[in-house]
Amino acid sequence: MLRPARGTASRFSRWRSRSSRRMVEAPPALEARSLSKQFGAKVAVRELSLTLPRGEVFGFLGPNGAGKTTSMKMLLGLVRPTSGEGRLLGEPLGAARGRARVGYLPEHFAFHEWLEGRELLRFHARLLGVPTRGLDAGVEERLRRVNLADAATRRVREYSKGMKQRLGLAQALLGEPELVFLDEPTSGLDPLGRRLVRDVIRELRQRGTSVFLNSHLLSEVEVTCDRVAFVKGGRVVRDMRLGAEERDLEVEMRLERTTATLVADLARFGHDVRVEGDRVRMGVSGEETLPEITRWLASQGVGLYHLGARRPSLEEIFLEVVADDADAVLG
Amino acid sequence: MTPMRSSAEPTGGIPTQAPGRLRAVTIVAHLTFIEARRRRILAAALLFGAAFVVLFGIGLHFMARDIRANAPPAQQAMFLNLVTLTALYAANFLIVMTSVLVTIDTLAGEIGSGVIETLCTKPVSRAAVGLGKWLGCWLTFVLYALVLCGGVLAVARLVGGSTPPNAGRGILLILLEGTVLLTLALVGGTRLSSLANGVTVFGLYGLAFVGGWMEQIGTMVGNASARYIGITASLLVPSESLWQLAAYQMQPPIARDVQIGPFLTASVPSPAMVGWAIGYVLVALVVASHLFRTRDL
Repeated sequence: MLRPARGTASRFSRWRSRSSRRMVEAPPALEARSLSKQFGAKVAVRELSLTLPRGEVFGFLGPNGAGKTTSMKMLLGLVRPTSGEGRLLGEPLGAARGRARVGYLPEHFAFHEWLEGRELLRFHARLLGVPTRGLDAGVEERLRRVNLADAATRRVREYSKGMKQRLGLAQALLGEPELVFLDEPTSGLDPLGRRLVRDVIRELRQRGTSVFLNSHLLSEVEVTCDRVAFVKGGRVVRDMRLGAEERDLEVEMRLERTTATLVADLARFGHDVRVEGDRVRMGVSGEETLPEITRWLASQGVGLYHLGARRPSLEEIFLEVVADDADAVLG
Repeated sequence: MTPMRSSAEPTGGIPTQAPGRLRAVTIVAHLTFIEARRRRILAAALLFGAAFVVLFGIGLHFMARDIRANAPPAQQAMFLNLVTLTALYAANFLIVMTSVLVTIDTLAGEIGSGVIETLCTKPVSRAAVGLGKWLGCWLTFVLYALVLCGGVLAVARLVGGSTPPNAGRGILLILLEGTVLLTLALVGGTRLSSLANGVTVFGLYGLAFVGGWMEQIGTMVGNASARYIGITASLLVPSESLWQLAAYQMQPPIARDVQIGPFLTASVPSPAMVGWAIGYVLVALVVASHLFRTRDL
């Protein structure tokens, strides 16, 4: 029987301790500091700063032409920033060591259509540096995961748009990435395909993989993302978590009288206080604020005829954020 | 639907380690070669290359029969060499065209379609991607050139009973000429669309062609300016001078001395042109790598 050598246990403990420390100290999946990109006179991305912690599913939202895809391409090293810096899994942007642990599904997904589905995944796995031993097993697993095992020997040009999109997703999952970029992953997919993408994102989160998601389908984003940032005119204009308890409440009141002083005083309970017709609307951080408002109104001798509170949908927030963009298009 | 296994399970393909530069080059080269095969570029080239050789063989058969019946042996040898050189001249033109056509789209097309994005986000350098594409195209072109030139030489030997002198050296020079233009097409493909790239490279070939003839004619009539302009054009794009060097090498000594026939070489390109062309290809590869690395995709 093999016995551990003297000191093995303590060495193992030290290794485990170092290993745990490394886990704890693992750099964020993504860091961007003041990244900007200018094409001639047009500023595509302006001072993009964000951090994506490990294991988080992050939604990057904005109207068409807001700079989402350019931002993603800068982070992936496909586009060189005009200024600013960033790190991908602790490596400088564009470094091969970072890219080895990243998966990417581009928006306008195009592949070598003269290859068979299986051949295409094998080629990408080899480029990724997946060891020969186990490469085939990994490819087959991804093919099964996206329901393309039966079409593996067909040329990609014979695939439908949805099948190509799923093949692209399988390609992005090769090599156990620690961070996956998905640019409009559900475009061209039927409801079953969209559900597949949702399930894959959920599984990635369970495994601790970070996901950077560009999507126009806000309902999808709402159910898959932990956090979203809204980008407009190349600049991040709002960054918020999506957990129900963390999203602000929209409060609506009908009061006996509405004066400028009253409206100004209400701001102490929340933000964005505004008068719309006979209603006063404002945002508050949580339900516990509602009794405070009613008590304060009573103390001021102002009659409260109606008070309602609800959490706005992501779509409403999106429309509010991009309100002045005439060309904002959903879907 | 089959859920993915957790990372703790022994799935295939983990962990990954970025492939070395040479490995990346061979992976991309292999893919590029398969592309030529799957898109029937290779099949079309070889089919019409074989048709060219067969047609040349039939023509040579009848011409050789007549010349053997009517001319003394010395004239027979001269004539058969001339016919073979004519066939090689046509083959050279096809090889030049093919070297450019197989390459103009390899980078430009994939950049235009977006296919390149998923390649360049893999842990391989863009230089390796570009070099792999160059190698894949080069192998396709070399295969085609060897079939064409080898076919012409085989037919000349079997039907005409002769082989041009220094045939091996001549073929190598033709291969180098094609390599120069193929590499220029790769350089152009890093920044130009496929069509613009093709127009540019054929335009450069045209400049070299005119420059080469200006050099020859300038030498014959003693016009130094024309000669120097021709030499300058040859230095900028050394394709035509390589063909002239190949033609000079493959002519019988008597034809070189008396300066007769359509392949006369009044101004023989210096052997240093070979070194210049090889250096030119290497520098062009470095330039292509730089242009590709520094562009947005």
